[in-house]
Amino acid sequence: MDYWRKSPKVFWSFGIPPTIWLFAFFLAPLFLVWGLSFGEKQGIIEVAITGTLENYSRAVQPLYLQIFLKSFWYAGLTTFFCLVISFPIALAITFAPERWKPILLLLVILPFWTNLLIRTYALIAVLRTNGYLNDLLELIWLSADSGLRILGLGDWNLFGEKFNRFELLYNNFAVVYGLVYVHLPFMVLPLYAALDRMDRSYIEASLDLGAGQWRTFCSVIVPLAFPGIISGVIITFIPALGSYLTPDLLGGTDSQMIANVIERQFKSANDWPFGAALSFLLMYLTFFALAVRALLTRHNEKGLR
Amino acid sequence: MRLVLLGTFIFLYAPIVTLVAFSFNDSRRNIVWRGFTFKYYEKAWNNSSLVESFANSLTIAFLSTLISVVLGTMTAILLWRFRFPGKAGYEGAMSLPIVIPEICMGVAMMAFFSRIGWPSGLPWPLNLGAITIAHISFSFPFVTVVVRARLASFNRELEEAAKDLGAGEWHAFKDILIPHMRPGLIAGALLAFTLSLDDFVITFFTSGPDTITFPIKIYSMIRFSVTPEVNAASAVLIAITLVMTTFALWFQSRSRGQSGGAAHG
Repeated sequence: MDYWRKSPKVFWSFGIPPTIWLFAFFLAPLFLVWGLSFGEKQGIIEVAITGTLENYSRAVQPLYLQIFLKSFWYAGLTTFFCLVISFPIALAITFAPERWKPILLLLVILPFWTNLLIRTYALIAVLRTNGYLNDLLELIWLSADSGLRILGLGDWNLFGEKFNRFELLYNNFAVVYGLVYVHLPFMVLPLYAALDRMDRSYIEASLDLGAGQWRTFCSVIVPLAFPGIISGVIITFIPALGSYLTPDLLGGTDSQMIANVIERQFKSANDWPFGAALSFLLMYLTFFALAVRALLTRHNEKGLR
Repeated sequence: MRLVLLGTFIFLYAPIVTLVAFSFNDSRRNIVWRGFTFKYYEKAWNNSSLVESFANSLTIAFLSTLISVVLGTMTAILLWRFRFPGKAGYEGAMSLPIVIPEICMGVAMMAFFSRIGWPSGLPWPLNLGAITIAHISFSFPFVTVVVRARLASFNRELEEAAKDLGAGEWHAFKDILIPHMRPGLIAGALLAFTLSLDDFVITFFTSGPDTITFPIKIYSMIRFSVTPEVNAASAVLIAITLVMTTFALWFQSRSRGQSGGAAHG
């Protein structure tokens, strides 16, 4: 690597255009929103930046605090389910034949690259009351019921009079289901990366020395995969926390997350300063999560040395 | 273990596969299979506002890719080649567009373009300018990541040899560095294209009534009702994205494979 003074002409000609772009079309908009968050609404669109903290104090009122907490809770649940589902997947890919690994990984990543909106829409078709999941459940119910009839137990209606379709859509269940569906690859990849680097002989040693499968898993595999777990948890948690589309399309009236509230402030409620304050609070939370991750990985690396 | 994988793949793919399958279903209602048909594709194709939004999306994606690749590559070379004071901070700022929540970036773009009084009602394709700018801002850091990964395998001695043999900065760049970066550039371009084509949230805040993109149009159709026509439109978008992504990943793995081979040989 060269010190920049070695060829300043090259340095500046490569450095200036992207830097200008970043400042003009990314940092300036962010800075503007940051400014707005200290502003007061004066007309329909006029905002005077007065340095007031009013917007932030409104944001920590119970009503909005509750939405923050709910977003945290959803993102946390999502992360938890993703972790529980992803660990076996990542293990299965790690121990799959070498030839299959790239294909399996590709299969995990591909849905991630199909449009988020379309995946969410696909879930609507699966989950709605007349959707495929309910069809499937009904089919199972009907066959179980006719099975019982054959056995001569039909009159007892063991499974109830008739199949009641579940309300799976437009509620909190649908939101968490959708978030898990969307964020699964975020968890699988870092876990796989960590597990694949792991030295297999540790596992063999543990099994040879008489530890059971479960014990080996808990006290050998999990600690070795710890950096991957942290990465996965944070990488899943951050986008889940700021999700807009999933709660918007799959959620009911009471499953609003913080991003939906921000959107409402900027669009229908037209209260930009308050929306700006909320969006900066969300951003601070994101930075906090990233900082935690950096801290934990550094700590972990030190521990290994 | 196999069962776990199978279950996951069903969980991941069943919704998408049924969506695509039922776009060929000859029935208004999505539930029962009534035979194979292309009529919803025809219907989607004859929906002029849908086609217009698709053209908008492709235009934006194309322009955004072009500029993102240039800016992203510049950043990649800058970060790969030079040490300079404040580099860590600079790298952090450059990766901000990747890490900040989409919603925050969306509202920032909305506030920004309304504050600077971005002209609306421009003729096509100039009216897509705001969306394109927003897309470039979130795409080019991704290109940087991809190209920089590729640059890591570059042997600086090649460049020095070229310069010893009398090539100037520009020639060394054009004839040595660019060919080496090519797989990374292609992968980065495909990535930028897919990111732009797929983006909903940020576009949602920067688009106006006469600048509807494909995802925005599909969104408004979904809100309205769930019809096979939407399935057909979605299936088209899925197909495009899958092809692009597969190519991107292929190029990326090829560029990694080459460098790996070089290390072994």
